[in-house]
This record gives sequence, C-alpha cells and structure tokens, in this order.
Amino acid sequence: MSKVTNVEKIIEEFGPHLHDSPYDGWRADRVIDRIVPTHCPYCAVQCGMNLLVENNHVVGFEPRYDFPVNEGRLCPKGVTAYLQVHHPDRLLHPLIKRNGTFQRASWDEALDLVVAKLKELQSKYGKDSIGVYSGSSLTTEKTYLMGKFARAGLGTRYVDYNGRLCMVSAASANNKAFGIDRAANPWSDIPLAEVLLIAGSNCAETFPVLNKFLWQQRDNGGSWIIVDPRQTPTARQGDLHLQLKPGTDVALANGMLHVLIEEKLIDESFIATRTNGWEETKALAARYSPQVAAEITGVPAEKIARAAQVYGRAKTSMVLHARGIEHHSHGVNNVLSYINLVLATGSIGKPGRGYGTITGQGNGQGGREHGQKADQLPGQRSITNPEHRKHVCDVWGLPEGELPQAGVSVVEMFGKMREGEIRGLLSICNNVMVSLPDTNEVRRALEGLEFYVCIDFFMSESSRYADVVLPGSTWSEDEGVTANSEGRVVKINKAADPPGEARADWWIIQEIARRMGREKYFQFDGPRAIFDEMRVASRGGNADYYGITWEKIEKQNGVFWPCPTEDHPGTPRLFEERFYHADGKAKFHAVEFEPPQETPDEEFPLILTSGRVVYQYLSGNQTRRIGFLVEQCPEPYVEIHPETAMKLKVNDGERVKVASRRGEGVFPVLVVKTIRPDTIFIPYHWGEELAVNQLTNPVLDPISKIPEFKACAARIEKIHSRQLPILAERRKGASRSEVVSHR
Amino acid sequence: MEETMFIDPQRCIGCRACVAACRECGTHKGYSMIYVDYLDRSETTATMPTVCMHCVEPTCALVCPADAIKTTDDGVVLSALKPRCLDCRNCVNACPFGVPKYNTEMHLQMKCDMCFDRSSEGLKPMCASVCPTSAIAFGRYEDIVPTRRTKPVKAHVFGNQRVETKVYLMLPSDADEVAVDGCGVFEGRTVAEPESWIDLQVEETDKSNEF
Repeated sequence: MSKVTNVEKIIEEFGPHLHDSPYDGWRADRVIDRIVPTHCPYCAVQCGMNLLVENNHVVGFEPRYDFPVNEGRLCPKGVTAYLQVHHPDRLLHPLIKRNGTFQRASWDEALDLVVAKLKELQSKYGKDSIGVYSGSSLTTEKTYLMGKFARAGLGTRYVDYNGRLCMVSAASANNKAFGIDRAANPWSDIPLAEVLLIAGSNCAETFPVLNKFLWQQRDNGGSWIIVDPRQTPTARQGDLHLQLKPGTDVALANGMLHVLIEEKLIDESFIATRTNGWEETKALAARYSPQVAAEITGVPAEKIARAAQVYGRAKTSMVLHARGIEHHSHGVNNVLSYINLVLATGSIGKPGRGYGTITGQGNGQGGREHGQKADQLPGQRSITNPEHRKHVCDVWGLPEGELPQAGVSVVEMFGKMREGEIRGLLSICNNVMVSLPDTNEVRRALEGLEFYVCIDFFMSESSRYADVVLPGSTWSEDEGVTANSEGRVVKINKAADPPGEARADWWIIQEIARRMGREKYFQFDGPRAIFDEMRVASRGGNADYYGITWEKIEKQNGVFWPCPTEDHPGTPRLFEERFYHADGKAKFHAVEFEPPQETPDEEFPLILTSGRVVYQYLSGNQTRRIGFLVEQCPEPYVEIHPETAMKLKVNDGERVKVASRRGEGVFPVLVVKTIRPDTIFIPYHWGEELAVNQLTNPVLDPISKIPEFKACAARIEKIHSRQLPILAERRKGASRSEVVSHR
Repeated sequence: MEETMFIDPQRCIGCRACVAACRECGTHKGYSMIYVDYLDRSETTATMPTVCMHCVEPTCALVCPADAIKTTDDGVVLSALKPRCLDCRNCVNACPFGVPKYNTEMHLQMKCDMCFDRSSEGLKPMCASVCPTSAIAFGRYEDIVPTRRTKPVKAHVFGNQRVETKVYLMLPSDADEVAVDGCGVFEGRTVAEPESWIDLQVEETDKSNEF
C-alpha cells in the first residue's frame, strides 16, 4: 500500500480507546445463562477460566478451580481478558481502504476484492509473490488451516508465523539435542525438583501462574538459581542470582559445565549410554574456567562455581528458560549450552528431573507443530523430506508437484517485500509494526506492498497499512485446541457468537481459498472437521495428535502429545527411556561463546535489552485497550542504573532520547538499582514512536532465524524534556499511549 | 477452625491480578478494595499487597458514630451499611492499615468484606482465587500454615495501639507481632527520600481516601 498519512483519524475511529467494564456496566443483578469452561487467550500457561454468558454476551469470568494447572489462578491480563470481547473498538464489518480512508464494505465485496488482487498479483508475478504471515495465538485448527491455505490454497512457498519471534531458538535447539521439539516434563514435576535453574525468564511477569509450581517447589525446601541481567520479580526471590551481561549465556553455561566436570558432578553412565558428542563438549568446557566465564559474563567466578555446585549436587533438578536466552543472534547456541548441563548431569526423564522451555503465546507450542512454519508440515514434519511431503499430500489429495518448497522466516519475508519479490501479504494474528525488529524498515516494506489484507478483531498498528481489513473472531467466539507450554493439549470453547458481521477466522480463510477456486481442498464445516483432518495429517509425525479427541481432552483435563492411538493416554513426560534421534540418544553440542552481533562502543556505549511487563500481552493490540491494564502501565520507559543515570546527568522520570544505529525514541527514565550499570531495558508492547523495535537489531540467528531483540548497542541523549511520565500525569480518556505517540 | 486469609508479601510478584479481580465480585460493583504497592521501586522489585486485616476489635467500627460497620459471627468486618453510613469518613481516617475508602458517588464507605457473598457460599474470595503465587491465600490455618516456611503473625502494634487481626501476615522472621514503631515511619527520617515516579503514582491512586 502507500504511506498512512491519517493515523490520528484512524485512531479516532478504531482506537485504541480505553474500555473498562462489561458492555452494560457493572451489575450485581445478572441472570447468567451459561458458564462456559475454557482457557485464557493469552500466554501458554493456558489457565482454565469460566466465562459468564448473559444474552449471548460475555459479561464476566469465574475462577475455574477444577482445572489442575492453575486451580482458579489468573494474572491481571487473564482477569480482564473478557473485557475485549464487547470492546467498542471491535471491528464489526469488512473494511476497504479507498483514497486512504477505511470504508465499510460487504463480505462479498471485500472477499471478491481480495481474491481478484491475489489472482492478479499471482498471474503477473508468480505464485510466490504472495506472502502469508500467521500467528500462534490462534487455535491449532486455525494454524493448520493457515499452512494448508498458503500451500494448497495459494500455492505460495512464503508462509511463516510469529513464533519466529518467540519459540524458534528453543525449537531448533530441542530438535538438535533431543530430536523433538517439546518441553520434556509436565509442570507437576517442578515441585519435586530440589533445584531450579531458570535462565532468561522473568516468569513472574510473563508467565505468572507458572509461579504456583515454583513456590510449591520452594515450600518443599527447593532453591532457585536465576540467570538474568535484571533483578526481576523472579530474580528477587532467587537463592542465587547470576546477573550476567546480556547475550553471554554460552560462556556462563560452559563455565558451569567446567565446574561440574572438575568436581565430578556429572553422570558418567548416563553420558555413556544415552548421549553422543560428550568428548568434544568436555574438551571445549575445559577452556571455560569460572575465571574465563566471569571475564565474559560479568558474573563473579565464585558465583558461577557456586551455581554449578548447587545444581550439580542436587538429587533432582530442572532447567527452564525463555526469550532472555533465545532472542539472540546465537539463541540456539545459548539453549544448547544449557541443555549440555542437563545431559551432563543426566537430570532428565524422571519425576523432578528434567527440562522445559517456557513458551510465549497461548498456542506457542501447538502453533509450531502443524505446518504454518516456513519449513514445516503438520505433525512437526519437514517440508524438505520427500516422505513427509508425500504423507501430507496424500492426506490433502494434493498432487505432490503442487506442494511448494520451503519458504523463509518472517524477517527475511519482509526483506523480500522490500526487494519486490513478495508483492502481496495476507496476515492474521500478528502486529508487525510492534513486534518485528527495526520498525522503520518494516513500515517501508508495508508501504511498498501492492496489496495487503489483514484479518483481525481490532485495528492494529499494522492493519492501518492494509488495503482490506476483515473482521475476525476473539478466542471466545470459536472453538478448537491449543497446546500449552508443557505440551498439554487443551480445548477452547465457544461462549458467544462474533458481534456484528465479524466471522470466525477459519470461515474467512476457507472462503478466500474457495473463491480462489481451491474449494476441493477446503470442505470444512467447522473446527472439528479441521481437527479431524489434522489428526490424520499429524499421524506418525513427532507431534502425533492422531489419538487425541476433543472428548478425551475434556475428560482428562488435557492430553499431552504424542498420543498415537485413541486408547493412548498421552505422554506427560518425555525421554524416560529414549530420545527422539534415530539411535535413541541425545546429543551434546560443543558451542563456543560468540558475543551479540552489536556490542557497545564509544558512539553507542550501552547494551539495550527489551522485554515485557505483566500488564501487557505481546504487541498489545488486545491489552492496550483495557482500562485497568493501561492504568498500570500506559507507556514504555527506560530502566537505567543510578550510576549510569548519574554519569548521564539524567533524573528519574525525565524523558530522554534513546538511539541506536537504526532509530531512536523518547522514553521516561526509571532509575533502578535492579539493572546492570552497562545495560538499559525498555518494554516492547507499543508501536510507532513508542516502539523499542525502532532501535533493535534485525540480525538473525543463523539456524532459528530469530532476531536479536535482547541485545544491541544504544546511547542515551538528554533532551531537557519537562513532560512527566503519563503515570505522573494520570489523565483519563483515550489510550494515553496513543495520545503521546501521535502528538 | 474457620477459614481466613494469609498474606505473604515475599511471594507477591506485583501483578495486581488481585486488584483487577476484586472488581469482579458481584457486590463490589467494579470497585477494587485491595492495594498493591511497590516498597521502593528504585531499590527493588518487591511489592506488598494490602487487604482488610479484619481486626478482632475493628478501629473502623469503634469510631463509627452510626454503628454502621458490622462484624459477622465468623469475624468478617463488613462494608458500612448503606442506610446507616453518615458520610463522616471517620473509619477511612482511623483505620491503622489505611484500608477503607469513601465512595463519593454512592455516598458510602466501602472496604474488603472478604467477598462475603462468595465466602458465605463456600467460594474463595476473588483475590485469593486468582493470586498466581498464593501470596494471598484463603483457607484453614491447619491446611495452609504447615505447607509454608513462613510464620503466621496476627498482632500489629501501631504506637500505643495493639491490633489483633483475623487475617494473618506470613513473615520470614521469629517475631510474634509486627511493630510499626521503629521502622522509621513515626521516628527518625524527618525528610523523606525522593521516591521513584512509579512509587509516587501508586501512592496517589491507592492511598487516596476516595474512589
């Protein structure tokens, strides 16, 4: 499309506006028609919750005490999640942009335009001129449909999903080390571990309800080793906090491995019988004494040694990690270096002994299993493997020659848009103007597209750039499954119909495919039909869902995949007997430390790292509209250590310019002793002028293609601003993040 | 033994799920009567939840000229009775914990009633239901205390006033009571240290005496 010149007008019409009560106000005299047991739409704890329905409207929630993962618990996002359903910003009918303004259109009009444009571009520039970019907050049925839609519906190779910004480093490393991509243990194992090693995860804010298990472990007498550059609410309670320099995890883990070997805290028989690649890894670790590791990481050598001793001496232990170690140009290596610790101690595959990745999005796990990833087919199959291709083509009835080859990751897809290889984009369940690194380049890519169609239930910062916006459904308006972070497949249930003319996402996607003339492959009458085909498509793959049924999920409070047959109960704990490589063994990887691509220098002397706050979810398209959440955190800020603030002569609350080689932004300073003096932190949930991603480095991990959100070089400039932080101003009304952003 | 609340600030992650959930209890009408404060964000990420402590001899009720604040047989101190509340705000000013607020729109004092309409039906209060870490827990003493490594304390000393509460504070120390004297609130520190703007914001909104 072209440039967006009327952002203020779009915001006026479509928000974000603040809304903070049920659609008809707070009432004590409700007559609830239905209580619908379902799960939270946000993170991958996938907490159970009950939605209260009155007159086909979702009017509240009630704790779902009987769901074993959370037993009623929710974070503030979960508590207020229902407020998005009848939010005044909801998109209620299709929109077509004419002369730069969004205008109401009928479904036929909008869909016909989409199909005409996609056909026109494909006939002019080839099938691959259309990109499809999906997400992992969708149900697994929808993610399966998106992969099939791109490949069998449009015939394009360019499909990817937003887990690329989230789980791919962990997924790649898991596949390399274990031969499968799933957390190894159910969370019920956490309280049984004497020691937890948690790296790069502020799970108190990003995965709040996981802390239930963490505190159960501590009540049992357990201890925590936390690896994080910041004293997060998680790290604050750590028995040992290793406050490393961002991006130096490989050195830290190799240093710990060095100590484990020196002090004979390794499990020789496990290494000999169940692993490969030990000798090389052992030889490499010999070079990473705690002193060497201390030099690189900035963590005192004694602390590294102490952490290794505590971890190595524990009878039971678990390693958990998240984006802090994964969002790096060496994200896969970071993960592999921690997995080495797990394998060296043989602490895996038993109750209280294991390993887990802490997923991001609600369906971060399920969304990367069934074929919306650039290189992947359903069941965690590979699109480059001829047998895998044949299996999926047989299920779909698609001639093998018509199945495209592997595509590229989303950041690379946006490169291809700027280069003109991709001319059209269909996106659902993402918000690239907030979530991709280097926002200015992302904007350029969107502006250069010949056609952009966006499916969403709110007008996101990205859909402002679209030619057609199709109103989709929230999680409470459709049904299907998700897989939480422990690999437990759970069922999302429908509470009420989509409002206005909004439609279920699967219907929209299928309708486009049908109008493209591909109805042969898209004969689904609902999510259950999609699920049933997906079960067959996943059959025999690593992520085997064949034996999972919606009924079994309800009966068992979730089913852990793999579940190959209908009488199979599912697999809560992996690797009890064998790993998933052909020889049944796990692999060590000797990984050498390499610094982040950008390190501080004279011009940009600080390390900028980005992350999340507990009140906002991902790109904020849902949460930045909910009054309560915005009240708690209306805008991003920059955390600076008092020593650094003193040197820069900046005060707490003062707005400063933060700049990197790619862009700059203005943020209020929060002076805190909880961060390293060489590091600054900005939360990422906002778009346009408030996006920290204006500054972040789009360099990718060579294997997982994840961008380096967690470390780039930056500087702070004083601008002598007198404007206070919004929290200090506390004005009521429109979403203040937006007011400031477009002043 | 009857059920009560156990507050463990150590476990608090500052997420304010309790604050959001309090609004959802049927009789609370969208108002939240629980507060979460940063202790000092410039120093630490530590936070502290404050609920009504449900005093055995509630100061709020003692100072009420209209006898509008009633205690149930189980020791739950309720919000002011609408027909009796005189708008005088004695209770708001007198509570040593700073809990009750005055609702200017409804001309009524409101405070945590332990979700009386829920707990009277055997359901947990909203805050204790949602709290991710059980920093706020609701249950029987004999079910909760043995599972914790912290000590339940129910006596608070504010200067010359000793207050006994139905709600327990879970502390890591051996103290039998919480003495507010001597921690700098009443003595010493005449000039307050400058606080982070995030702390100030919370002070302003949470500690305002009105909705």
